Amino acid sequence: MTDLSNPPQAALGPIGQPIKRREDARFLTGAGQYTDDVVMHGQTYAAFLRSPHAHARITSIKLAAALAAPGVIRIFTGQDLADAKVGGLPCGWLIHSKDGSPMKEPPHPVLAIGKVRHVGDQVAMVVAETLLQAKDACELIEVDYEELPAVIDITKAHGHKGSVHDDVADNVCYDWGHGNKEATDAAFATAAHVSTLDIVNNRLIPNAMEPRAANASYTKHDESYTLYVANQNPHVERLLMCAFVLGLPESKVRVIAPDVGGGFGSKIFLYAEETALVWASKHVGRPIKWTSDRSEAFLTDAHGRDHATKVELALDAKGMFLAMRVKTIANMGAYLSTFASSVPTILYATLLSGQYKTPAIYAEVKAVFTNTAPVDAYRGAGRPEATYVVERIVEQAARDLKMDPAVIRRQNFVTEFPFASPVGLTYDTGNFNALLDRATEMADVAGFAKRRAASEAKGMKRGMGYSCYIEACGLAPSNVAGALGARAGLFEAGEVRVHPTGTVTVFTGSHSHGQGHETTFAQIVAAKLGIPVENVEIVHGDTGRVPFGMGTYGSRSLAVGGSAIVKAVDKVIAKGKKIAAHLLEAADTDIEFENGVFKVAGTDKSVPFGSVSLTAYVPHNYPLDKLEPGLNENAFYDPTNFTYPSGTYICEVEVDPETGKVQIEQFIAVDDFGNIINPMIVEGQVQGGIAQGLGQAMMEGAAYDPESGQLLTGSYMDYAMPRASDIPNFSIGNCVTACTHNPLGVKGCGEAGAIGSPPAYINALTDALGIREIAMPATVERVWRAANHVA
Amino acid sequence: MTVPISVPMSLTVNGKAVNVNVDPRTLLVQLLRENLQLTGTHVGCDTAQCGACTVHLNGRAVKSCSMLAVQAQGATVMTIEGLAQNGTMHPMQEAFRECHGLQCGFCTPGMVMSAVQLLADNPKATEAEIREDLDGNICRCTGYQNIVKSIQFCQSGAKASMAA
Repeated sequence: MTDLSNPPQAALGPIGQPIKRREDARFLTGAGQYTDDVVMHGQTYAAFLRSPHAHARITSIKLAAALAAPGVIRIFTGQDLADAKVGGLPCGWLIHSKDGSPMKEPPHPVLAIGKVRHVGDQVAMVVAETLLQAKDACELIEVDYEELPAVIDITKAHGHKGSVHDDVADNVCYDWGHGNKEATDAAFATAAHVSTLDIVNNRLIPNAMEPRAANASYTKHDESYTLYVANQNPHVERLLMCAFVLGLPESKVRVIAPDVGGGFGSKIFLYAEETALVWASKHVGRPIKWTSDRSEAFLTDAHGRDHATKVELALDAKGMFLAMRVKTIANMGAYLSTFASSVPTILYATLLSGQYKTPAIYAEVKAVFTNTAPVDAYRGAGRPEATYVVERIVEQAARDLKMDPAVIRRQNFVTEFPFASPVGLTYDTGNFNALLDRATEMADVAGFAKRRAASEAKGMKRGMGYSCYIEACGLAPSNVAGALGARAGLFEAGEVRVHPTGTVTVFTGSHSHGQGHETTFAQIVAAKLGIPVENVEIVHGDTGRVPFGMGTYGSRSLAVGGSAIVKAVDKVIAKGKKIAAHLLEAADTDIEFENGVFKVAGTDKSVPFGSVSLTAYVPHNYPLDKLEPGLNENAFYDPTNFTYPSGTYICEVEVDPETGKVQIEQFIAVDDFGNIINPMIVEGQVQGGIAQGLGQAMMEGAAYDPESGQLLTGSYMDYAMPRASDIPNFSIGNCVTACTHNPLGVKGCGEAGAIGSPPAYINALTDALGIREIAMPATVERVWRAANHVA
Repeated sequence: MTVPISVPMSLTVNGKAVNVNVDPRTLLVQLLRENLQLTGTHVGCDTAQCGACTVHLNGRAVKSCSMLAVQAQGATVMTIEGLAQNGTMHPMQEAFRECHGLQCGFCTPGMVMSAVQLLADNPKATEAEIREDLDGNICRCTGYQNIVKSIQFCQSGAKASMAA
């Protein structure tokens, strides 16, 4: 067991050190370059006319007045794109229903055709000389709508009188099953006890602080396109846009995701706006820029979560888990966003075993279309929903059986690895008891009874809640993902270019939008090559410079992208050894490389890395007959398994029953991320993740009017974003069991906080209040009602 | 239908005199970002809630999205680009770097400008006061812990240098 302050890999130079981030200098001085900061020669501006209705037929669109408005260059509607044979936006993951039928994939037009399906659906795009002119012209477009019944409530979507898509009459995208139904039902039939809960995983709006933005241009002389876009995976963006929508050769499209101001999943996806911009840039003949305002972001960014679940846990008389049965309805929104279908299935039901050796599990997931914004991956994507189900029902079972919640968890923990779960994953490593031990100690669980008594003495209620999470990260072995329905590979690519002078540029397919890759990845390469961190430059986010990439999501950058870089560095070292062998007149096999020096084993003959790199580019004394000049290596890394970060979070709250105000007295997070490259950055990721998880548990929730389908939480005046005074300090510790199947031994840390924290908070709150369930977000009002038994 | 017109105005931005013609609807943040290419000041919302656009106007932190450019006629404006002096970062900028008080960097310029004002107003602010005072600035990445730590770090450094 190791604390962050004492990293285990200190011997490996910069690896494990809390090195300050090189990104910070530009961000702190206003020199960052985000998409909206880019202004092109001849720039024009786009604004989108959006649907004011949740569900309506478009009976006519009149453009004349808008076209005559000052500064207007062109106006495009869905018909223009249909006439040009522009396709719809694709979904990247095919799910099959229990009956074997493929999921329903109704068209997802770039601009609406015939119908609008959620408030904010894009109806027309105005391109004008200035942004204000484009917005003014939008107001002059006359659209006649025939309103239709809106499908909003997911529990009533199946069989609703309205159909979001005419060709999906029952609004069901798929009805999927996973696990062993017979074994699960059999275990329930003989169980001594069954605990049940009905749980809603509240709908969230991601709210990266940089709104989405794009700037597209067409260059006539080589018929090429350039797109600047706030995106987490520019190569995936290009692939989807070129191959599925616009029919353009990828070689003619360059996608640049420069500095990106947070993503949290919402910038993974191929959206309509940037697609329309790229297509239109050729027709307009000038660059077109669009930047979402926050109101548009609320309406059109892909939202997250939004599940309704019934969970049952079967136990024997001693509290051993026998089986779990889960029924979930998941909201897809109005259209299938890029990875929407995978979130409540592959990324959800496969995690329902949690940290426990539950022998039998069966999950059914019905995904429905509604007249709301598309729902897709948001920080954690499926795993927070799974963890919430597991950790809430385990806590409930402990209460039902009057057992200590730590004891019931501990006796059901997986303790032997590798562990093949009944829902299809193989955990390679972990130490769940160590995590719980460390968290128990940090939280002073032994002193809780005394603290609770002290609270009660002053009329307050105190509670403690646990959450022992596991997640699957490092997406993903491509063949496994493919068998599960992925329509893409999930490897990562990296290129290590050693320059003649010995400095290095690394090109990575991972994308940093706050994670600090430019620092962390440089630490890895510097450690491996034995050169100063300052001599390593990291390039990302540009399909014109980076060979390929699958991008950043699912806490995959270090585990998959970092591993690709390590592979490329290993190739550099292997080639360097051959060059060194020639220079030192020794056999290749006798050359060792350590601390930046190639040497002949067992001798004092050596040559530094910089001399080898120079020789590679000035190959006068060089084995040209058997070795190419240059020192520049590419690698693709495809993982052999997922990685499995795990942790124990303990939350302690004090509730004032008179006001409903909840004070988080302490929040302990002990995680196992495998090896750690930069503990400062890891701790920052955990803090931010927990804050988002607590946001979900305490205050955030997207609300649509159930009849009209208007978004009621469409601004920061209505959607409760956590502010500094809402969030406590966290106590963070860690344990390390190194991942067994990637070269860095790392697991990923980006989502853990958001995954582990909501059940810890709600378990603490329901413990304090002595109730079974409180809906998230557990607002002050809800807490007050629960504390005072007011419905 | 608005008829685009343009009005002349002058102000001082980061120590330099600026004379421009603006559409009267132009917000101060638009003037800074679009007319003057000072893109360090960001726009994160449209309801004056997020604080990413915070600049100093005549020495006070303001949200540059919630005033018209013409209201800054004759004013002195400092943006994040003007905070570092002679290539040396302001102690608050240094503190954010030292304490990992930023991740994606988008809220950061506004956060730093607010934090400078915060300590100017209340040099001995407690942690609770710092958190309360930051309510006008939203960060989605950090969970605020390291932002608070950065401001406290700057606070302690300022005290140390005053004592020295």
